[in-house]
Amino acid sequence: MKEYEKTGILSVEDINIPDMKYLRKGVAIIECVQEIPCNPCVTACPFNAISMKDISSIPMVDFDKCVGCGKCISICPGLAIFVVKVRDDGFAEITMPYEFLPIPKIGEYVTLLDREGKKQGKGKVLRVREGSRKTFVITVEVKEELAMVVRNILVKSRGE
Amino acid sequence: METRITKHPILNFPKKSRIPFFFNGKKIYGLEGDTIASALHANNIKVLSRSLKYNRARGFFCGIGKCASCLMRVNNVPNVRICITPLAENINVETQDRGFGKLPEDDFKEYPLKKVDVDVLVVGGGPAGLCAAVESAKLGADVLVVDEGSRIGGQLIKQTHKFFGSSDEMAGVRGIEIAKVLEDEVKSLSDRIKILLNSTVIGYYESNTKDKHRFAAVKRLGYENELYEIFCKKAIFSCGAMENMIAFPGNDLPGVYGAGAVQTLMNVYGVKPGKRVLMVGAGNVGLIVSYQLLQAGVEVDRVVEALPFIGGYHVHAAKLRRCGVPIYTSHTVSKAHGKDKVEGATVVKLDKNWSIIEGSEEFVECDTICLAVGLTPSVRLVAQTGAAIEYIPEAGGYVALHNESMETTKNGIFVAGDLSGIEEASTAMLEGKIAGISAAASLGYGDKRMNEKRKKELLEKLASLRAGPFGEKPRKAKQNILKKFSEIKRR
Ligand SMILES: Cc1cc2nc3c(=O)[nH]c(=O)nc-3n(C[C@H](O)[C@H](O)[C@H](O)COP(=O)(O)OP(=O)(O)OC[C@H]3O[C@@H](n4cnc5c(N)ncnc54)[C@H](O)[C@@H]3O)c2cc1C
Ligand code: SF4
Ligand code: SF4
Ligand code: FES
Repeated sequence: MKEYEKTGILSVEDINIPDMKYLRKGVAIIECVQEIPCNPCVTACPFNAISMKDISSIPMVDFDKCVGCGKCISICPGLAIFVVKVRDDGFAEITMPYEFLPIPKIGEYVTLLDREGKKQGKGKVLRVREGSRKTFVITVEVKEELAMVVRNILVKSRGE
Repeated sequence: METRITKHPILNFPKKSRIPFFFNGKKIYGLEGDTIASALHANNIKVLSRSLKYNRARGFFCGIGKCASCLMRVNNVPNVRICITPLAENINVETQDRGFGKLPEDDFKEYPLKKVDVDVLVVGGGPAGLCAAVESAKLGADVLVVDEGSRIGGQLIKQTHKFFGSSDEMAGVRGIEIAKVLEDEVKSLSDRIKILLNSTVIGYYESNTKDKHRFAAVKRLGYENELYEIFCKKAIFSCGAMENMIAFPGNDLPGVYGAGAVQTLMNVYGVKPGKRVLMVGAGNVGLIVSYQLLQAGVEVDRVVEALPFIGGYHVHAAKLRRCGVPIYTSHTVSKAHGKDKVEGATVVKLDKNWSIIEGSEEFVECDTICLAVGLTPSVRLVAQTGAAIEYIPEAGGYVALHNESMETTKNGIFVAGDLSGIEEASTAMLEGKIAGISAAASLGYGDKRMNEKRKKELLEKLASLRAGPFGEKPRKAKQNILKKFSEIKRR
């Protein structure tokens, strides 16, 4: 039995992580590791970067084709796709799906969470986009070493 | 506690007008669109009745009219299932004395009897039934869909998450939106599809007309009933499934709810089930409902799962975990605490032999225990027709045996969806389509070759959804059902 089947938390070894050359331009990291009958990510990509043998196989990203546009992020019903771009100034940008309220504002500092929901400091919101069917797509800036750690954000509610 | 959801990332709960009504003589308010149960819950009233023997407090459990734990007396009419009865102005809702309903004081009314005659009767307007109705009607059959609820769509009307599956079968679309698509399709065929809502098919009767089946249905009008006698040439059963219960002390306390009931309460009526929830079961239903609770602004303390592994998809578990909700495998709930409602729970760790590990007891503070421990197909009605029923563990319990056309061993009686084996909405829709085509085809509608071709395509799609490790259970279930069906037919 794989550890994540007990915990629900993937380790970096479970995920297909690209070389730095690809991370520099920003590419999709798909954290969907089981053979489930699902394939909308394949048709969502305008660059044909995601492929699958059949509907129950695991999606694969062709990092040469992927341009990191993030279009697949809000289509995926598993909310399992992230775009990670590692800049050359010691920071990385993580783009993730987000389905909670409140929606963060650009420039706001939000609490960063890892795959276990543990706090990993604060990060600045760089982009906020409404994706497919009410799933938001948020880009945050994190320290480079957190590029494969941070996978969620916690936004302080504004006592309205 | 603020019980109404006002802001939600996915759903809109617009302001609605207040409706006054009386609970045990006291004037309180619900909102337009509420059922009696959701209005009471929004007022923090969870004790709906008392048990006959021990006078224990009882609350609702299934939320969809299937378990009878919510019976109350409304405007003097006893035994009203308040979870599916719409709220109306100034009605009198009363706790029934210890389980027995008093008979209404006014004279027993003769129920008016209405007769209906159709080609195809569809029992249950969930994804399976609606797809069946659409296919039958498209081929030319006259169809009647009967559903207990006040709207069609079955379980879909509370599924706020995006569906898995194939992108050419609405994957990535939220369940609530799929319900809308199906509803529009049914409406576009309104000259052939009639819909009878708030109505329960209650029995199958010997028909005096050859080649016709005869059923009785009860339509709830206010708190009175109207009786229907339905004659049909073919009947398709798509009644869905009933949530399972597990045994532990206190499991009948108000605040112990089925996952479907919790979902209905928060996503259909915008009422929070409680403040803090213990989720029991880490299959897809438990994981998804936990995530939806967080979206509704309800805390989830943890998810416990008796199996040593998470049964649902990892992607569902992952989105819950990164919100900080722990999942404890090899753990279960052993006791619900509280006098008249849940005030906490004890969770325990299990060893390899499913025995409680001594000293592992932990108290969890919560006001709601949500059970997501599986579903059982609702076969009672189809069994009445004489269709052969068998216990198929992989299908979730007793199911009607059927062939590839979804026809049971009883001529002209078809099944589809969760009632024919617990599975998914995606497969329920495909099975429904097959049943709909088969029923209409057997009445001579449509082009024979074309019908066969479409059925073959649909069967191929079903097979592809059942491929892979998560499809193993339904694959086995269906293999067994088909095998046992042909054994009976050969006899
Ligand atoms: C929390 C949760 C999450 C899920 N997520 C997914 C998912 O992501 N993807 C997916 O594909 N599936 C999902 N499912 C499963 C899916 O909802 C069901 O498999 C599907 O709804 C089954 O469809 P059905 O038409 O067979 O039954 P239902 O949808 O249950 O419909 C049955 C209908 O029959 C009516 N009825 C029953 N008895 C009678 C009677 N005697 N007279 C009149 N009417 C009657 C009921 O009122 C109901 O409307 C999920 C289920 C749950 C609970
Ligand atoms: S990020 Fe854009 S290019 Fe890359 S896989 Fe997703 S949709 Fe395709
Ligand atoms: S859409 Fe998402 S959940 Fe579905 S296969 Fe692709 S990555 Fe996995
Ligand atoms: S019948 Fe109303 S809660 Fe089950």
